[in-house]
Amino acid sequence: MNTPKITARNVSVSYADKQAIHDISIDVDMDHVIAFIGPSGCGKSTFLRTLNRMNDTIPSARVSGDVRLDGQDIYAPEMDVVQLRARVGMVFQKPNPFPKSIYENVAYGPRIHGLATSRSEMDAIVERSLTRAGLWNEVKDRLSESGTALSGGQQQRLCIARAIAVDPEVILMDEPCSALDPIATARIEELIHDLRGRYAIAIVTHNMQQAARVSQRTAFFHLGTLVEYGKTSDIFTNPKEERTKDYITGRYG
Amino acid sequence: MNGVVLLILTVGLGIIAWASTRMHALGFRRRSGSRTSSLPHHYGWYVALWTAVPPLIFLAIWAATSPALVTDMVLQAPAAVQLPPPGFERAAILSEARALAAGQAHGAFHALSRTLAPAYDAAQTRIDWIATAIVLLLALAGGAYAYLHVRPEFSARTRIERVVLGLLLGASLIAILTTAGIVASLLYEAGRFFSVVPVTDFLFGTHWSPQSIDPRNPGASLGAVPLFWGTFFIGAVIAMAVAIPFGLMSAIYLTQYAAPRARRIMKPVLEVLAGIPTVVYGYFAALTVAPAVRQFAVAIGIEWASSESALAAGLVMGVMIIPFVSSMADDSLAAVPNSMRDGSLAMGATPSETITRVMLPAALPGVVGGVLLAVSRAIGETMIVVMAASGVATLTANPFASTTTVTRQIVDLLTGEAEFDSPKTLAAFALGLTLFLITLLLNIVALNVVKRYRETYE
Repeated sequence: MNTPKITARNVSVSYADKQAIHDISIDVDMDHVIAFIGPSGCGKSTFLRTLNRMNDTIPSARVSGDVRLDGQDIYAPEMDVVQLRARVGMVFQKPNPFPKSIYENVAYGPRIHGLATSRSEMDAIVERSLTRAGLWNEVKDRLSESGTALSGGQQQRLCIARAIAVDPEVILMDEPCSALDPIATARIEELIHDLRGRYAIAIVTHNMQQAARVSQRTAFFHLGTLVEYGKTSDIFTNPKEERTKDYITGRYG
Repeated sequence: MNGVVLLILTVGLGIIAWASTRMHALGFRRRSGSRTSSLPHHYGWYVALWTAVPPLIFLAIWAATSPALVTDMVLQAPAAVQLPPPGFERAAILSEARALAAGQAHGAFHALSRTLAPAYDAAQTRIDWIATAIVLLLALAGGAYAYLHVRPEFSARTRIERVVLGLLLGASLIAILTTAGIVASLLYEAGRFFSVVPVTDFLFGTHWSPQSIDPRNPGASLGAVPLFWGTFFIGAVIAMAVAIPFGLMSAIYLTQYAAPRARRIMKPVLEVLAGIPTVVYGYFAALTVAPAVRQFAVAIGIEWASSESALAAGLVMGVMIIPFVSSMADDSLAAVPNSMRDGSLAMGATPSETITRVMLPAALPGVVGGVLLAVSRAIGETMIVVMAASGVATLTANPFASTTTVTRQIVDLLTGEAEFDSPKTLAAFALGLTLFLITLLLNIVALNVVKRYRETYE
């Protein structure tokens, strides 16, 4: 039942000469949303980006260690990054809809992966994705309008719909609410609740309340190391490590 | 005392005013101990400007008006009654007298001018003394007025800033006014042309042969359509067929694929292309590319291919334009936020899918703007077509045939020996005006496109 979707073992990343994260080992599974928390620069986003090899886009980044998706080494030479990223979707800190229509934004992924063979199939995918992202009712009458014309919160849900459209198994979220107001944030958090179980979800946040609200597992990062990892309720009520406790109680970070 | 001496005198007074006021300001700054509202050199400049600027303005006006004043005074002289009535002879005598008085002429053609010369001399001396007096008066009055204002609490700084602002404004106005002057002269000359040749003949006529103009109907051989077509064909079709794909692809390579090291080397090299004088491109086109194009054409069976083909000029012009297209496209691709690229890559798109489906559409307005600017530059380009394109205006879409361009024809028309007000010469101005209007329009459209695009991402 609770087999891990992604297993990361002894993952280290360095940019040029500077090592960003050291020996991180974490599992991501379908039933638990996992939150990565920690002060800025602690490596939580860097770690998240190793899970779909987005660090490949930074020429100086070097990744070592072992990351497996369903037991398959994603850093193996025969791994196809295109396939990997279709299975492991990502939502970014700042909403980044493409300067295309709402429909085209969602259809982008299915189109490049050839998931729909007809217009009606594509329509169905777009509707399903927007519905799951909780955006369908708001935009169904203006699918041809530009995605960039939506509000920030709607843009972020559009990006989630875009990620969902290729039917991924894992969704990585990199501080998805940091550019949003509280109401839009609440909607995204509800959405994360709804998506749990269907997708394995990992979310980076530096809002501890948010981590407490949306996640069942929490990993606390500090200075590039994984300090503590466990049930969210344990981390927040009964942390084992002194540093976790200091961070949770707001003594630093 | 002539104008130069007065000028030096004025500047000297200004320097003295600057130095003494600065000393004065340094003094009260030290004495009062408190902070003065401006630095000593601000006060210095303030008084120096008040000292020197009014006399300078006066001198400028004086230089324009004093010769007339001198002549008036000479006409008051007793000898002047013998002068002939106003006309050519009178003017000749007066200017000869002036030259004698100034010591620039030795012999006199008119006896009268010799008698008038002393009067000229006297008048000039008087005028010079008046000018000197006024300059000194203005300088002293201005300097004294300003000097009395110099107190610790007086803010000379803001006034100096205002002067600087005025200077900068003046400098930028000069460029604009020059443009206006160019347009005015173009309009005037083109107007003269269009009073001889109907606008419709010029704009819609398809026969261009300025060498054989029928004086009774000049419009019949001054139809500019072949020139417009040739310009469009070479500059906007052939050159762009080279510049757009290569410029765009090099921009894509440089922004998306090249390692930082490669980019550091290749970008400046590409930009060097833009620094090559166009005349060098011109002989490259005429001596290397044109024969090669002709040989190629003959090799594929086009026996009549011209050695001044549109293709040769267009190809080289296209190469010349590559850096423009590339650097505009580079800028607009770089202006697309990285989050767009990451978003697309994270969807599992390949780098080339990301570029064609996300980056290029997002950068398109900037790229289009860059292409329009490049077109406007290409159609205004002169040297390459003067050297490599033909002088014969033919209306053809065959790249191996010879075609001419507007700029090439302007050069031909103006370097001939025709008199300056013949329809043939004036046609150059009409062509220039048309070219100016077209490039102006292209630039306005291009800059608007680029601007609108910038607004989306900031």
